[in-house]
Amino acid sequence: MLRYLGKRFLLILPTIFVPLIMVFLLLRLSPGDPAGMMLGDQATADQIAALREQLGLDRPLHVQFLIWLKGIVTLDLGQSIFFREPVMEIIPRYAGVTILLTLVALTLAVLIGVAMGVISALNRNNPIDRGVVTTAVLGISVPEFWFALLLIFLFSVTLRWFPVSGYTPPSAGLIAWGTTIFLPALALGVRQSALMTRMMRSSMLDVLDEPYITTARAQGLPERTVLGRYAMRTASIPVVTVAGLSAGYMLGGVVAIEIIFSLPGLGRLLVEAVARRDYPVVEGGVLTIALVLAVLNLLIDVLYAILDPRIRYK
Amino acid sequence: MKMTDPETTMPAATASQEVMRAEGLSVALPIDGRMVPVVTDVSFGVSRGEAVALVGESGCGKSMTASAIIGLPPRGAQVTGRLIVNGREVLGLSPRQRRKLCGNEIGFIFQEPMTALHPTLRIGRQMTDTICHNLGLSRRAATERAVEILDTVGIPRPRAILQGYVHQLSGGMRQRVMIALALSCEPSLVIADEPTTALDVTIQAQVLDLMERMRKEFDLGMLFITHDLEVVRDFCDRAVVMYSGDVVERGSAAGVTRAPAHPYTRGLIEAVPGETTDRLVPIPGSVPQIGAWPEGCRFAPRCARADAKCRTHPPLDAENPTAVRCWHPLEEIA
Repeated sequence: MLRYLGKRFLLILPTIFVPLIMVFLLLRLSPGDPAGMMLGDQATADQIAALREQLGLDRPLHVQFLIWLKGIVTLDLGQSIFFREPVMEIIPRYAGVTILLTLVALTLAVLIGVAMGVISALNRNNPIDRGVVTTAVLGISVPEFWFALLLIFLFSVTLRWFPVSGYTPPSAGLIAWGTTIFLPALALGVRQSALMTRMMRSSMLDVLDEPYITTARAQGLPERTVLGRYAMRTASIPVVTVAGLSAGYMLGGVVAIEIIFSLPGLGRLLVEAVARRDYPVVEGGVLTIALVLAVLNLLIDVLYAILDPRIRYK
Repeated sequence: MKMTDPETTMPAATASQEVMRAEGLSVALPIDGRMVPVVTDVSFGVSRGEAVALVGESGCGKSMTASAIIGLPPRGAQVTGRLIVNGREVLGLSPRQRRKLCGNEIGFIFQEPMTALHPTLRIGRQMTDTICHNLGLSRRAATERAVEILDTVGIPRPRAILQGYVHQLSGGMRQRVMIALALSCEPSLVIADEPTTALDVTIQAQVLDLMERMRKEFDLGMLFITHDLEVVRDFCDRAVVMYSGDVVERGSAAGVTRAPAHPYTRGLIEAVPGETTDRLVPIPGSVPQIGAWPEGCRFAPRCARADAKCRTHPPLDAENPTAVRCWHPLEEIA
């Protein structure tokens, strides 16, 4: 078990390193110069050159990359060009919202997906099953941002159950926080919950045909134990896999959702930073998201090993 | 494999000792929207301490019969006739009452223990779940009971095995665990569906010997689903031969395997090299598809003795424990 965990932990490094190289190159290969944008239209070529030198943008790419990597190792992500304060101070202010939003969305997606999938599988091919499957196909087809607008229209504008936008931190009261996080999380989670519904359904149907389920029944165990313990135990493993992938999709989808609901999260920060060519903030933001994703996947791998002992001993 | 004297293994069944009796048991399955019979009018009994073999090729309905007896036929299956377990008619019971027979009165040993045991639950958990539920014991008492029964089936270090998972065990150990699980709640009938097919030949004999020992020790009625005539001859008291959903022959294991009365049983025996000759004699033709059984005797199209009379379905004497469903049997039935 410890060796398995150690191996998984080491795998985090490449998971983070690859997106870092990509975002570093993408930013610098895209048109637009931060120095020019900061100084405005009136700046002379000399002024721009001086600022570029000050920001280190005149150095060769690989030197810039190495300087930045060194910074990461020493927990110094540089100075924001726009905010003029250290990135390490800006990121935590925004990351909390994004991480909470993703976790709540993931929880909602798993709860809805598992419940719907199980209901669907146990009603194989009857109208309930067909209803769930049709809804799931709809859910997969609907883009998050559009579903978000629908939710706002129904629950915030028409029913007035939730605020239209804005964010209250959990420290200001869990209920107040819940009302601001619920709709964004639902919008972010709906596609993934639809995917999980389908995954759970097919996985449950497969497992119900397994001989060990027949054995459990032939041993006289009541149906709720057979389904709740013997079938769920194995049927939930593929859903855990999907949850790991879902977390990745969600951390991408979070950008649109944060903008629609005006949540002060990393996604919105990133979009604004890209527009301002604020390289250090973009890089720091991507690093944070990669790190969150890597940690989530590590947790999922641990869960995997708990659910399936065959993995531990390989 | 060891031999048992045929004279001492002749049936000594009386109705009072019977743990299970099927009378006119039939199973139909929904195939393409209509009910297709897969088992028809099967009648036989199993008494305490007795091993009965249900013999036939794949698709003859022997496993379907077994799943109907334990009450776990495939989805949508229709089971009709009479089925008496320990003196009680069980076909009319509710699914919940029916489930109560499982484990407590009927134990089931599956063919492939690797897939029949749960892959991600500890052996101990699977055994104690069953024991706690069926016998109403505490988890601790159930663990002691599990250790005891694992010890009985010859598993060394039973406490360590309880902590393990099925993929950590060898094939023979897995089947021993499966047997222990089936016996854990002291059933009076054990159904074994090809219990040695998935095992190495050397392990097969050990498992069969173990099952015979258990049968004698616990005075169990045992129903062996098998296609292995050697197993029938060496380990069973009586045999019921099935073909295309029909019981075609019924009698003592020794009688059926030495002097078969039904041409199909004779064909089965001759298809094993070294039984009557050194050559393998196949039965001509092939098993008819389910739902496409011929009218009359279902074996007639493949039978050398068939004539016009065989277009009528031959009856099987329901009263006599030794009977054959054939218009032209090979031997006179005593």
